[in-house]
Amino acid sequence: MTSLIQAGEAEALLQAAINGKLPDARGRFGPFGGRYVPETLVPAFERLEAGVKEHLHDPQFQAEFQRELREWVGRPTALTYAGRLSERWGADVWLKREDLAHTGAHKINNAIGQALLAKRLGVERVIAETGAGQHGVASAAACARVGLPCAVYMGAVDIERQAPNVDRMRRLGAEVVAVESGDKTLRAAIDEALRKWVTDPAGIYYLLGSAVGAHPYPYLVRELQSVIGRESREQMIEQAGGLPDAAFACVGGGSNAIGLFYPMLADDTELIGVEAGGTGSGLGQNAATLATGTPGVLQGSYTMILQDDDGQVQETHSISAGLDYSGVGPEHALLQATGRVKYVAAGDEEALAALEELCETEGILTALETSHAFVAAREWARENPGKRLLIGNSGRGDKDMPTLTKFPVKVRSHAST
Amino acid sequence: MQAHERVTAAIRAANEAGRTGLVPFVTAGYPEPQEFISTLQAVAAVGDVVEVGIPFSDPMADGMTIQRSSFEALQKGVSLAWIFDELEKAGGFDAPLVMMSYLNPLLAFGYDRLADRALETGVCGFIVPDLPFEESDEIRAALEAKGLGLIQLVTPATPDERLATLCDASRGFVYAVTITGITGGDAGLPADLAGYLDKVSAVSGIPVCAGFGIREASDVADVGAHAAGAIVGSALVEVLERGEDPTGFLNSLR
Repeated sequence: MTSLIQAGEAEALLQAAINGKLPDARGRFGPFGGRYVPETLVPAFERLEAGVKEHLHDPQFQAEFQRELREWVGRPTALTYAGRLSERWGADVWLKREDLAHTGAHKINNAIGQALLAKRLGVERVIAETGAGQHGVASAAACARVGLPCAVYMGAVDIERQAPNVDRMRRLGAEVVAVESGDKTLRAAIDEALRKWVTDPAGIYYLLGSAVGAHPYPYLVRELQSVIGRESREQMIEQAGGLPDAAFACVGGGSNAIGLFYPMLADDTELIGVEAGGTGSGLGQNAATLATGTPGVLQGSYTMILQDDDGQVQETHSISAGLDYSGVGPEHALLQATGRVKYVAAGDEEALAALEELCETEGILTALETSHAFVAAREWARENPGKRLLIGNSGRGDKDMPTLTKFPVKVRSHAST
Repeated sequence: MQAHERVTAAIRAANEAGRTGLVPFVTAGYPEPQEFISTLQAVAAVGDVVEVGIPFSDPMADGMTIQRSSFEALQKGVSLAWIFDELEKAGGFDAPLVMMSYLNPLLAFGYDRLADRALETGVCGFIVPDLPFEESDEIRAALEAKGLGLIQLVTPATPDERLATLCDASRGFVYAVTITGITGGDAGLPADLAGYLDKVSAVSGIPVCAGFGIREASDVADVGAHAAGAIVGSALVEVLERGEDPTGFLNSLR
């Protein structure tokens, strides 16, 4: 893996990332990223890139985006001191509460930003993919807000395990398209959304939900999600009296993690991304792309992917639909290669236990995706006693009830200790 | 003659004989791996150039038919290395072969090894549907060093300036996608097809072959009036899926 970056290159690439020089003009984060798309979509990607350049940092667009974040999404989201969890872990634990954002997860930051962009680009309709359904719900809500029709592609397997979100999307006016091809999860949903986009590249806006895919999506999504890290830094300084010693975020495609980490790259904070370790370390048993994958091209980007020796992309397993993806955002691949961010894996059972612990100690039902971050944070706290931790609490767990009801609630005392 | 020139020559020979070049596509090892070579021989006996489809787990530019055939071939253990070995054992076909593959299996195989094996097994060129021109320098260099062609795709959405660049870079033939869509569509060919193919043919110095949505003799004739060749993919794969004779079907397209 490290052979992709020469020994002397890592520091220069990290500096370039910190200074906002990445992606480069070709959409690369060092060796990663790029734009591997069918010829039919090339003009659409060029239009999108030009649109992002024109609008994203335009003061008028930013004013509108910031107003929507404040008045409709409910930002800034709270930073919560997790007192009982801190006591238990022997650490100072702070939670960035993206679960309190409108529609229940960080996904809304990106969805409303791209929906505003789609409106400016003058498209007729929006399509989106979804895994856990959070991006689907966010897209449905954002499209309703700006007045654009929306169709959400969702794998048949995910439709079953995230049923509450399917109904929410429909009520918010979106058409939910069941994807029966491929692995019937997030990867197949992206493939199908791309196939749909190819039929009308000029009329459709593809509202991609994570920091993955072809340029400019990894950049666009990072810019829209970086509000998480910017707010967190300010709040930590104000409420906790300083920046965290370590920050944790779960990583599927990696949008909430890049949003939290990107504004902290220049800080001394240790950054740790947590992938889905599933049921084991074998191919097909997990979705730990950075921890166990190899470089390749998937869905538009050169990045770390889970594949066999023949370059066939492998199916993944995770208890959480939102982490169940064979690829990862190319900027994470770079941050791993430079050593700036460490990526670890947490398994299904550990994630479930962490979810229970947060319910018990803080009265917060976190998403199954998010609970993976707590597993790694707890372990880090054990090895580094007395430190200040920040955990990106990326979403709430209401949508996971169909999965959670399969596991009995443990009897426990709520008396304070 | 370099390998990619054999492809160009085969299409031109068909045109000189008064025919539209016929370029059938088969998913390698579908429906049964042990029938791969015999199917390919039958198809190459009728086709002027044959496209060998390399199955991939994420065929994002393909419709249901080729998704299904790719998935089944992969289930039955078909891989690029196996395909090259089988082609080598067969020892040659009546028509030049080109491979159609998404990028990742080629990347995993290694570009230099790919070029070597292609040359050894009679593969003359490659079509890579998820590799736009801007990302193609590395593989193009590896292929051209061995005289192999990287066939560029153009589409009705391709702007004029870009069209010229792509036609200029293409080797063997230019693959003109007839529709904005994926393979295997049954919506018919677009009304403005003639103008589009005429434009591509005027820009390109090598033969233009049209593909996507070509299912029957009348489609081949429509395309043939404005392009040098017609590519038939999903319709042929469906014939194989039904266990029917590909020779009869391909002859019926003439």
